[in-house]
Amino acid sequence: MNGPQDLGGRHGFGPVLPEDEGIRFHADWEKRVLGVTLAAGALGHWNIDASRHARESLPPATYLSASYYAIWLRALETLLVDAGEVTVEELSRGHADAPGHRQDRRLMADGVEDVLATGGPANRDGPVPVFSIGDRVRTRNHQPSGHTRLPGYARGCTGVVTAVHGPHVYPDTNAHFEGENPKPLYTVRFAAADLYGDDADPTLTVSIDAWEPYLEPA
Amino acid sequence: MHDHAHHGNELDEMTARVRALETILVEKGLIDPAAVDAIIETYEHKVGPRNGAAVVARAWNDPDFADWLRRDASAAIASMGFVGRQGEHMVAVFNTPTAHNLVVCTLCSCYPWPVLGLPPAWYKAPAYRARAVREPRAVLAEFGVTLPQETQIQVWDSTAEVRYLVIPQRPEGTDALNAEALAALVSRDSMIGCGLARSPEAA
Repeated sequence: MNGPQDLGGRHGFGPVLPEDEGIRFHADWEKRVLGVTLAAGALGHWNIDASRHARESLPPATYLSASYYAIWLRALETLLVDAGEVTVEELSRGHADAPGHRQDRRLMADGVEDVLATGGPANRDGPVPVFSIGDRVRTRNHQPSGHTRLPGYARGCTGVVTAVHGPHVYPDTNAHFEGENPKPLYTVRFAAADLYGDDADPTLTVSIDAWEPYLEPA
Repeated sequence: MHDHAHHGNELDEMTARVRALETILVEKGLIDPAAVDAIIETYEHKVGPRNGAAVVARAWNDPDFADWLRRDASAAIASMGFVGRQGEHMVAVFNTPTAHNLVVCTLCSCYPWPVLGLPPAWYKAPAYRARAVREPRAVLAEFGVTLPQETQIQVWDSTAEVRYLVIPQRPEGTDALNAEALAALVSRDSMIGCGLARSPEAA
Protein backbone atom coordinates (compact mmCIF):
# COMPACT_ATOMS: atom_id res chain seq x y z
CA MET A 1 0.00 0.00 0.00
CA ASN A 2 1.12 3.54 -0.62
CA GLY A 3 1.13 4.15 3.11
CA PRO A 4 3.29 6.02 5.60
CA GLN A 5 5.61 3.02 6.02
CA ASP A 6 7.05 3.36 2.51
CA LEU A 7 9.80 5.77 3.48
CA GLY A 8 12.78 4.92 1.28
CA GLY A 9 14.17 7.91 -0.59
CA ARG A 10 11.84 10.49 0.99
CA HIS A 11 13.10 13.90 1.98
CA GLY A 12 12.52 16.09 4.98
CA PHE A 13 12.83 13.79 7.98
CA GLY A 14 15.88 15.44 9.46
CA PRO A 15 19.04 13.94 10.94
CA VAL A 16 19.60 10.43 12.24
CA LEU A 17 20.18 10.42 15.99
CA PRO A 18 22.77 7.75 16.91
CA GLU A 19 22.80 6.38 20.42
CA ASP A 20 24.86 4.09 22.60
CA GLU A 21 24.41 0.40 21.92
CA GLY A 22 23.84 -0.27 25.62
CA ILE A 23 20.45 1.43 25.42
CA ARG A 24 17.83 -1.27 24.91
CA PHE A 25 14.64 0.60 25.82
CA HIS A 26 13.64 4.18 26.50
CA ALA A 27 10.83 3.43 28.95
CA ASP A 28 9.49 0.45 30.86
CA TRP A 29 6.27 0.47 28.85
CA GLU A 30 8.28 -0.33 25.71
CA LYS A 31 9.44 -3.56 27.34
CA ARG A 32 5.86 -4.59 28.05
CA VAL A 33 4.86 -3.82 24.45
CA LEU A 34 7.65 -6.07 23.18
CA GLY A 35 6.74 -8.90 25.52
CA VAL A 36 2.96 -8.67 25.11
CA THR A 37 3.25 -8.42 21.31
CA LEU A 38 5.40 -11.54 21.04
CA ALA A 39 3.33 -13.45 23.59
CA ALA A 40 0.08 -12.55 21.80
CA GLY A 41 1.62 -13.56 18.47
CA ALA A 42 1.95 -17.10 19.82
CA LEU A 43 -1.86 -17.35 19.85
CA GLY A 44 -1.61 -17.83 16.08
CA HIS A 45 -4.38 -15.45 15.05
CA TRP A 46 -2.13 -13.63 12.59
CA ASN A 47 1.18 -13.94 10.76
CA ILE A 48 4.14 -11.57 10.47
CA ASP A 49 2.83 -10.07 7.23
CA ALA A 50 -0.57 -9.34 8.74
CA SER A 51 1.10 -7.68 11.72
CA ARG A 52 3.19 -5.48 9.41
CA HIS A 53 0.05 -4.57 7.51
CA ALA A 54 -1.73 -3.61 10.73
CA ARG A 55 1.15 -1.25 11.55
CA GLU A 56 1.32 0.41 8.13
CA SER A 57 -2.48 0.82 8.15
CA LEU A 58 -2.40 3.21 11.09
CA PRO A 59 -3.36 6.76 10.13
CA PRO A 60 -0.31 8.31 8.44
CA ALA A 61 -0.04 11.18 10.90
CA THR A 62 -0.08 8.70 13.77
CA TYR A 63 2.44 6.38 12.13
CA LEU A 64 4.92 9.13 11.36
CA SER A 65 4.77 10.74 14.79
CA ALA A 66 4.72 7.63 16.98
CA SER A 67 7.72 5.73 18.29
CA TYR A 68 7.98 2.21 16.97
CA TYR A 69 6.79 0.53 20.14
CA ALA A 70 3.77 2.84 20.12
CA ILE A 71 3.10 1.70 16.55
CA TRP A 72 3.41 -1.91 17.69
CA LEU A 73 0.95 -1.40 20.54
CA ARG A 74 -1.69 0.30 18.41
CA ALA A 75 -1.38 -2.38 15.74
CA LEU A 76 -1.61 -5.13 18.36
CA GLU A 77 -4.89 -3.69 19.61
CA THR A 78 -6.21 -3.73 16.04
CA LEU A 79 -5.07 -7.31 15.45
CA LEU A 80 -6.70 -8.55 18.65
CA VAL A 81 -9.97 -6.76 17.90
CA ASP A 82 -9.99 -8.07 14.32
CA ALA A 83 -9.31 -11.59 15.63
CA GLY A 84 -12.33 -11.32 17.90
CA GLU A 85 -10.26 -11.79 21.06
CA VAL A 86 -10.71 -8.29 22.49
CA THR A 87 -13.43 -5.69 22.09
CA VAL A 88 -13.07 -1.95 21.81
CA GLU A 89 -15.17 -1.66 24.97
CA GLU A 90 -12.75 -3.87 26.87
CA LEU A 91 -9.82 -1.76 25.68
CA SER A 92 -11.48 1.41 26.92
CA ARG A 93 -12.33 -0.12 30.30
CA GLY A 94 -9.03 -1.92 30.79
CA HIS A 95 -10.65 -5.16 31.91
CA ALA A 96 -11.92 -8.32 30.23
CA ASP A 97 -15.64 -9.00 29.87
CA ALA A 98 -15.24 -12.56 28.61
CA PRO A 99 -12.61 -15.31 28.57
CA GLY A 100 -10.27 -15.63 25.59
CA HIS A 101 -10.89 -18.05 22.74
CA ARG A 102 -7.41 -19.51 22.43
CA GLN A 103 -6.40 -20.10 26.04
CA ASP A 104 -5.02 -23.44 24.87
CA ARG A 105 -2.42 -21.59 22.80
CA ARG A 106 -1.19 -19.40 25.67
CA LEU A 107 2.61 -19.15 25.68
CA MET A 108 3.92 -20.05 29.13
CA ALA A 109 7.22 -18.83 30.54
CA ASP A 110 8.89 -22.20 30.14
CA GLY A 111 8.04 -22.20 26.44
CA VAL A 112 9.54 -18.81 25.61
CA GLU A 113 13.07 -19.98 24.92
CA ASP A 114 11.92 -22.59 22.40
CA VAL A 115 9.53 -20.25 20.61
CA LEU A 116 12.15 -17.52 20.22
CA ALA A 117 14.84 -20.01 19.17
CA THR A 118 12.57 -21.62 16.58
CA GLY A 119 11.41 -18.42 14.92
CA GLY A 120 9.34 -18.60 11.76
CA PRO A 121 11.25 -19.58 8.63
CA ALA A 122 9.61 -18.21 5.45
CA ASN A 123 11.07 -20.61 2.88
CA ARG A 124 8.66 -23.15 1.40
CA ASP A 125 8.39 -25.64 -1.41
CA GLY A 126 7.13 -23.82 -4.48
CA PRO A 127 7.63 -22.89 -8.11
CA VAL A 128 11.00 -23.15 -9.83
CA PRO A 129 12.52 -19.65 -10.21
CA VAL A 130 12.41 -18.25 -13.74
CA PHE A 131 15.27 -15.78 -13.23
CA SER A 132 18.92 -16.57 -12.56
CA ILE A 133 21.86 -14.70 -11.09
CA GLY A 134 23.03 -12.08 -13.59
CA ASP A 135 19.64 -11.63 -15.27
CA ARG A 136 18.50 -8.07 -15.87
CA VAL A 137 15.00 -7.52 -14.52
CA ARG A 138 12.59 -4.62 -14.26
CA THR A 139 10.32 -4.13 -11.27
CA ARG A 140 6.69 -3.85 -12.23
CA ASN A 141 4.58 -0.80 -11.52
CA HIS A 142 3.10 -2.77 -8.65
CA GLN A 143 1.15 -0.64 -6.18
CA PRO A 144 -1.75 -2.56 -4.67
CA SER A 145 -3.96 -0.93 -2.05
CA GLY A 146 -3.16 -3.87 0.24
CA HIS A 147 0.14 -5.10 1.64
CA THR A 148 3.23 -5.36 -0.53
CA ARG A 149 6.96 -5.38 0.07
CA LEU A 150 8.03 -3.69 -3.14
CA PRO A 151 9.15 -0.25 -1.99
CA GLY A 152 7.92 2.72 -3.98
CA TYR A 153 11.40 4.05 -4.75
CA ALA A 154 12.20 0.81 -6.63
CA ARG A 155 9.09 0.54 -8.80
CA GLY A 156 9.53 0.43 -12.57
CA CYS A 157 13.33 0.26 -12.26
CA THR A 158 15.87 -1.99 -13.94
CA GLY A 159 18.41 -3.96 -11.94
CA VAL A 160 20.34 -7.21 -11.84
CA VAL A 161 19.55 -10.42 -9.95
CA THR A 162 22.40 -11.10 -7.52
CA ALA A 163 20.88 -13.92 -5.45
CA VAL A 164 18.13 -16.52 -5.83
CA HIS A 165 16.66 -17.53 -2.48
CA GLY A 166 14.04 -20.05 -3.61
CA PRO A 167 10.33 -19.84 -2.84
CA HIS A 168 9.31 -17.77 0.20
CA VAL A 169 5.90 -16.97 1.65
CA TYR A 170 4.37 -14.21 -0.48
CA PRO A 171 3.44 -11.26 1.75
CA ASP A 172 0.94 -9.71 -0.66
CA THR A 173 -1.49 -12.58 -0.06
CA ASN A 174 -0.34 -13.84 3.35
CA ALA A 175 -0.95 -10.45 4.99
CA HIS A 176 -4.60 -10.70 4.02
CA PHE A 177 -5.01 -14.35 5.08
CA GLU A 178 -5.30 -15.35 1.43
CA GLY A 179 -2.66 -18.05 1.67
CA GLU A 180 1.12 -18.34 1.87
CA ASN A 181 1.26 -18.68 -1.91
CA PRO A 182 5.07 -19.21 -2.04
CA LYS A 183 6.88 -17.36 -4.82
CA PRO A 184 10.57 -17.35 -5.72
CA LEU A 185 12.49 -14.64 -3.92
CA TYR A 186 15.47 -12.80 -5.41
CA THR A 187 17.92 -10.14 -4.41
CA VAL A 188 17.99 -7.43 -7.08
CA ARG A 189 20.68 -4.76 -7.20
CA PHE A 190 20.08 -1.31 -8.69
CA ALA A 191 22.48 1.48 -9.54
CA ALA A 192 21.33 4.55 -7.63
CA ALA A 193 20.97 6.57 -10.86
CA ASP A 194 18.35 4.06 -12.03
CA LEU A 195 16.35 4.72 -8.87
CA TYR A 196 16.78 8.44 -8.31
CA GLY A 197 17.98 10.01 -11.54
CA ASP A 198 20.91 12.22 -12.30
CA ASP A 199 21.45 13.52 -8.78
CA ALA A 200 22.17 10.04 -7.43
CA ASP A 201 25.45 9.13 -5.76
CA PRO A 202 27.45 7.40 -8.56
CA THR A 203 29.16 5.11 -6.05
CA LEU A 204 25.87 3.82 -4.62
CA THR A 205 23.99 0.60 -5.32
CA VAL A 206 20.82 -0.44 -3.50
CA SER A 207 19.63 -4.03 -3.25
CA ILE A 208 16.12 -5.15 -2.40
CA ASP A 209 14.67 -8.61 -1.90
CA ALA A 210 11.85 -9.04 -4.40
CA TRP A 211 9.38 -11.84 -5.08
CA GLU A 212 8.97 -13.02 -8.65
CA PRO A 213 5.54 -11.37 -9.20
CA TYR A 214 7.24 -7.98 -8.63
CA LEU A 215 9.59 -8.59 -11.59
CA GLU A 216 9.61 -8.89 -15.35
CA PRO A 217 12.49 -9.52 -17.78
CA ALA A 218 14.38 -6.38 -18.83
CA MET B 1 -6.48 3.48 39.36
CA HIS B 2 -4.88 1.56 42.18
CA ASP B 3 -1.33 2.52 41.27
CA HIS B 4 -2.28 6.12 40.79
CA ALA B 5 -3.83 6.41 44.22
CA HIS B 6 -1.16 4.37 45.90
CA HIS B 7 1.96 5.91 44.42
CA GLY B 8 0.59 9.31 43.54
CA ASN B 9 2.31 9.35 40.13
CA GLU B 10 0.51 10.10 36.93
CA LEU B 11 0.71 7.24 34.47
CA ASP B 12 1.66 8.43 31.05
CA GLU B 13 -0.60 7.48 28.17
CA MET B 14 1.44 4.63 26.73
CA THR B 15 2.12 3.09 30.12
CA ALA B 16 -1.59 3.10 30.87
CA ARG B 17 -2.45 1.77 27.45
CA VAL B 18 -0.11 -1.22 27.51
CA ARG B 19 -1.02 -1.97 31.10
CA ALA B 20 -4.70 -2.04 30.16
CA LEU B 21 -4.06 -4.41 27.27
CA GLU B 22 -1.83 -6.71 29.31
CA THR B 23 -4.45 -6.80 32.08
CA ILE B 24 -7.18 -7.74 29.63
CA LEU B 25 -5.12 -10.49 28.03
CA VAL B 26 -4.09 -11.95 31.38
CA GLU B 27 -7.71 -11.90 32.60
CA LYS B 28 -8.72 -13.68 29.41
CA GLY B 29 -6.12 -16.38 29.96
CA LEU B 30 -4.35 -15.48 26.70
CA ILE B 31 -0.95 -14.43 27.98
CA ASP B 32 1.20 -15.39 30.94
CA PRO B 33 2.86 -12.38 32.60
CA ALA B 34 5.86 -14.56 33.41
CA ALA B 35 6.24 -15.32 29.70
CA VAL B 36 6.19 -11.59 28.97
CA ASP B 37 8.92 -11.15 31.60
CA ALA B 38 10.95 -13.97 30.02
CA ILE B 39 10.73 -12.38 26.57
CA ILE B 40 11.90 -9.03 27.96
CA GLU B 41 14.71 -10.72 29.89
CA THR B 42 15.87 -12.46 26.71
CA TYR B 43 16.24 -9.30 24.67
CA GLU B 44 17.34 -7.02 27.48
CA HIS B 45 20.10 -9.23 28.82
CA LYS B 46 20.80 -12.30 26.68
CA VAL B 47 20.44 -11.62 22.96
CA GLY B 48 22.33 -8.57 21.76
CA PRO B 49 25.13 -7.28 19.55
CA ARG B 50 27.86 -9.15 21.42
CA ASN B 51 26.58 -12.23 19.59
CA GLY B 52 27.25 -10.60 16.25
CA ALA B 53 30.63 -9.36 17.45
CA ALA B 54 31.61 -12.96 18.22
CA VAL B 55 30.63 -13.94 14.67
CA VAL B 56 32.72 -11.12 13.20
CA ALA B 57 35.74 -11.89 15.37
CA ARG B 58 35.62 -15.53 14.33
CA ALA B 59 35.30 -14.57 10.66
CA TRP B 60 38.43 -12.41 11.02
CA ASN B 61 40.42 -15.21 12.65
CA ASP B 62 39.16 -18.26 10.79
CA PRO B 63 39.16 -18.18 6.95
CA ASP B 64 37.16 -21.41 6.75
CA PHE B 65 34.45 -19.89 8.92
CA ALA B 66 34.48 -16.71 6.82
CA ASP B 67 33.98 -18.85 3.70
CA TRP B 68 31.09 -20.64 5.38
CA LEU B 69 29.55 -17.27 6.25
CA ARG B 70 29.80 -16.24 2.60
CA ARG B 71 28.21 -19.46 1.37
CA ASP B 72 25.58 -20.11 4.05
CA ALA B 73 25.46 -17.50 6.79
CA SER B 74 22.36 -19.04 8.38
CA ALA B 75 24.18 -22.32 9.03
CA ALA B 76 27.49 -20.72 9.99
CA ILE B 77 25.84 -18.41 12.52
CA ALA B 78 23.58 -21.19 13.84
CA SER B 79 26.69 -23.26 14.52
CA MET B 80 27.58 -20.66 17.17
CA GLY B 81 24.15 -21.03 18.77
CA PHE B 82 22.66 -17.79 17.42
CA VAL B 83 19.33 -18.87 15.97
CA GLY B 84 15.65 -18.04 15.92
CA ARG B 85 13.24 -15.22 15.49
CA GLN B 86 14.29 -12.64 12.87
CA GLY B 87 17.45 -14.55 12.02
CA GLU B 88 15.99 -17.45 10.08
CA HIS B 89 17.54 -16.47 6.73
CA MET B 90 20.90 -14.78 7.21
CA VAL B 91 23.25 -13.21 4.67
CA ALA B 92 26.67 -11.86 5.66
CA VAL B 93 28.04 -8.98 3.60
CA PHE B 94 31.76 -8.28 3.86
CA ASN B 95 33.28 -4.82 3.76
CA THR B 96 36.45 -4.50 1.68
CA PRO B 97 38.93 -1.69 1.02
CA THR B 98 36.80 -0.71 -1.99
CA ALA B 99 33.22 -1.51 -0.91
CA HIS B 100 31.20 -0.62 2.19
CA ASN B 101 27.88 -2.23 3.10
CA LEU B 102 24.96 -0.62 4.92
CA VAL B 103 21.71 -2.28 6.05
CA VAL B 104 18.26 -0.72 6.38
CA CYS B 105 14.60 -1.70 6.36
CA THR B 106 12.77 1.12 4.60
CA LEU B 107 9.34 -0.51 5.03
CA CYS B 108 9.40 -1.35 8.74
CA SER B 109 12.11 -2.41 11.18
CA CYS B 110 13.53 -5.74 9.94
CA TYR B 111 16.78 -6.49 11.76
CA PRO B 112 18.82 -9.63 12.56
CA TRP B 113 17.75 -10.16 16.18
CA PRO B 114 19.78 -13.30 17.06
CA VAL B 115 23.07 -11.55 16.26
CA LEU B 116 22.27 -7.88 17.02
CA GLY B 117 19.35 -7.98 19.45
CA LEU B 118 16.58 -5.42 19.19
CA PRO B 119 17.00 -2.63 16.66
CA PRO B 120 17.97 0.77 18.04
CA ALA B 121 15.37 3.54 17.94
CA TRP B 122 17.11 5.40 15.12
CA TYR B 123 17.05 2.29 12.90
CA LYS B 124 13.24 2.25 13.13
CA ALA B 125 12.75 6.01 12.77
CA PRO B 126 11.75 7.71 9.51
CA ALA B 127 15.01 9.67 9.04
CA TYR B 128 17.21 6.59 8.76
CA ARG B 129 14.70 4.60 6.73
CA ALA B 130 14.20 7.45 4.26
CA ARG B 131 17.83 8.46 3.83
CA ALA B 132 19.92 5.27 4.10
CA VAL B 133 18.92 4.16 0.60
CA ARG B 134 19.41 7.56 -0.96
CA GLU B 135 22.19 9.50 0.76
CA PRO B 136 24.11 6.97 2.85
CA ARG B 137 27.24 9.14 2.92
CA ALA B 138 25.33 11.91 4.65
CA VAL B 139 23.89 9.38 7.10
CA LEU B 140 27.35 7.95 7.77
CA ALA B 141 28.63 11.45 8.48
CA GLU B 142 26.06 11.71 11.27
CA PHE B 143 27.70 8.63 12.78
CA GLY B 144 31.11 10.26 12.41
CA VAL B 145 32.14 8.05 9.50
CA THR B 146 33.68 9.47 6.33
CA LEU B 147 34.59 7.05 3.56
CA PRO B 148 36.89 7.75 0.60
CA GLN B 149 34.92 9.31 -2.26
CA GLU B 150 35.71 6.36 -4.54
CA THR B 151 34.46 3.69 -2.11
CA GLN B 152 31.47 1.80 -3.48
CA ILE B 153 28.51 1.87 -1.11
CA GLN B 154 26.23 -1.15 -1.19
CA VAL B 155 22.94 -0.66 0.64
CA TRP B 156 20.75 -3.65 1.51
CA ASP B 157 17.05 -2.89 2.02
CA SER B 158 15.60 -5.76 4.09
CA THR B 159 12.30 -6.03 2.22
CA ALA B 160 11.79 -9.80 2.79
CA GLU B 161 12.68 -12.26 5.56
CA VAL B 162 16.38 -12.25 4.64
CA ARG B 163 18.44 -10.51 7.33
CA TYR B 164 21.82 -8.93 6.66
CA LEU B 165 24.89 -8.78 8.90
CA VAL B 166 27.77 -6.52 7.88
CA ILE B 167 31.24 -7.96 8.50
CA PRO B 168 33.38 -4.85 8.99
CA GLN B 169 37.00 -4.74 7.92
CA ARG B 170 39.52 -5.98 10.45
CA PRO B 171 41.44 -3.04 11.88
CA GLU B 172 45.20 -2.76 11.41
CA GLY B 173 47.45 -3.91 14.21
CA THR B 174 45.21 -6.70 15.47
CA ASP B 175 47.17 -9.76 14.36
CA ALA B 176 48.07 -10.75 17.90
CA LEU B 177 44.59 -10.39 19.36
CA ASN B 178 42.47 -13.35 20.39
CA ALA B 179 38.78 -13.68 19.52
CA GLU B 180 37.58 -12.03 22.70
CA ALA B 181 39.81 -9.00 22.21
CA LEU B 182 38.79 -8.77 18.57
CA ALA B 183 35.09 -8.91 19.43
CA ALA B 184 35.55 -5.94 21.75
CA LEU B 185 36.49 -3.87 18.68
CA VAL B 186 33.22 -4.66 16.91
CA SER B 187 30.46 -2.16 17.62
CA ARG B 188 26.81 -2.77 16.91
CA ASP B 189 26.79 0.10 14.46
CA SER B 190 29.70 -1.42 12.51
CA MET B 191 27.59 -4.55 11.91
CA ILE B 192 24.75 -2.42 10.49
CA GLY B 193 27.26 -0.53 8.39
CA CYS B 194 26.91 2.76 10.24
CA GLY B 195 30.31 2.47 11.86
CA LEU B 196 33.74 0.93 11.47
CA ALA B 197 35.44 -1.53 13.78
CA ARG B 198 37.51 0.30 16.37
CA SER B 199 41.30 0.24 16.23
CA PRO B 200 42.98 -1.33 19.27
CA GLU B 201 44.37 2.06 20.35
CA ALA B 202 40.87 3.57 20.38
CA ALA B 203 39.24 0.65 22.17
